[in-house]
Amino acid sequence: MPLVKSVSTLGSYVLLMKKVFSVPERWSVFFQQFIREVCKLILDSIWIVVIISIFIGAVITIQTQLNMSTPLLPRYTVGLATRDVLLLEFSSAIMCLILSGKVGSNIASEIGTMRVTEQIDALEIMGVNSACFLILPKIAALVIFIPILVILSMFTGILGGYLVALTTNVISVSTYIYGIQTAFIEYYVFYSLQKSLVFAFIIASISSFYGYSISGGAIEVGKASTNAVVISSIFILLFDVILTKILLQ
Amino acid sequence: MIEVRNVIKSFEGRTVLHDISCVFEKGKNNLIIGQSGSGKTVLMKCLIGLIQPDSGEILYDGRDLLKLKTPDLKMLREEIGMLFQGSALFDSMTVMENVMFPLTMFSNLITIEREKRAQFCLERVNLHGAEDRFPSEISGGMQKRVAIARAIALNPRYLFCDEPNSGLDPQTSILIDELINDITKEYNITTIVNTHDMNSVLGIGDNIIFLNKGQKEWVGNKDQILTSSNEALNNFVFASPLFKSVKKAAVSEEFAKEFPNG
Repeated sequence: MPLVKSVSTLGSYVLLMKKVFSVPERWSVFFQQFIREVCKLILDSIWIVVIISIFIGAVITIQTQLNMSTPLLPRYTVGLATRDVLLLEFSSAIMCLILSGKVGSNIASEIGTMRVTEQIDALEIMGVNSACFLILPKIAALVIFIPILVILSMFTGILGGYLVALTTNVISVSTYIYGIQTAFIEYYVFYSLQKSLVFAFIIASISSFYGYSISGGAIEVGKASTNAVVISSIFILLFDVILTKILLQ
Repeated sequence: MIEVRNVIKSFEGRTVLHDISCVFEKGKNNLIIGQSGSGKTVLMKCLIGLIQPDSGEILYDGRDLLKLKTPDLKMLREEIGMLFQGSALFDSMTVMENVMFPLTMFSNLITIEREKRAQFCLERVNLHGAEDRFPSEISGGMQKRVAIARAIALNPRYLFCDEPNSGLDPQTSILIDELINDITKEYNITTIVNTHDMNSVLGIGDNIIFLNKGQKEWVGNKDQILTSSNEALNNFVFASPLFKSVKKAAVSEEFAKEFPNG
């Protein structure tokens, strides 16, 4: 039975995406919605990305230093390790997991509330493709701007490490800067951005799906919001493994 | 005119609508009444295409809703205005934006013309000075009026109202009923109202369809309902002592007309 339910849910998701990816009725309205979503979902997330990245960058620097006390490893390894952890995993995968909590629950509860208060029915009766009208601007906003948040996270994470070097005696500033410049592989940035594109789509589409498919009342909105975060997190982790295997090997 | 022919709808083996056939006339307030669970919401959802009936036909001036292709269905939907039980105004938009929304989506009017039309619709429902407020900042009665303004923005041919009086005080209910009645007559549209408000039934019921356990039990108008001998209808409509006395008075009057000498 759980298998049947999963297949049925997957089928509903695919059908919804088919409805979402159609030509918007009015491009001007689509762009208005798009700008609104960028402000709501992306601009409002900048602060959380900056704060978390700075602190995690600082913590990675301190922990790397503590675990690399052997004289066989050069001191600059701390900067190098901090940079690579941020570029390869934290700024894309972990940051998207955090965003799935913030943005995903926001999307699911917003669309879910619209469903239970008959706003989606109102759109449908007017002849508006509600899935395209509500979900496509969200997917577009996240897919275009989450990679930019990822780049911001990389910079602020490295800045967090720099602040540790500047304010403590964990590592000297010059050694840290030397470390973050050493053996830099540009592809890691592109790899991270490619992953973030997929993760952005997962967050937007799965959260929208759970919000859009609600039937019932306020309790269902809460459930949908939780399910959206849980399921999109699982899929982010799953695709993290798949994409790492494909893109790094 | 909307014609319903032999509509059947079941959910998980339980038949909710049993072979419903009826006609909703143009320029009249067509009321669907019945107890909770009688199938009136399902019937309305079938009528507007939110639920697909198992069988039957729903004809909008000859066009079968269930057989229309997507572009034709889209065109038909643009001719439909709907007033939802909870108003269903878009939370993120102001009153003005809500009323302008159908115009923005489906008309080629420029912004000034759209604003002018929206303003006209708001004035038509006697709503002034709330243009820049959000739905959460206005009362339930005002929300209903905004929803009516939005529903008539595109000059619909068909107006659907789902429980338009629910959650409103009696005075506001009467105002909403009058508004629906005025708009129906003024624009000569087919209006279908799903209600169990007896004031509405006796006030604006030009054509009343009474559903009982998913079956069409009785059809008539607000005058005929007073003298009907249908037991299920009488039990439903005249359940309260107040309406029982109205019925008693109406029957006495009818009797006096038929037998003037007692």
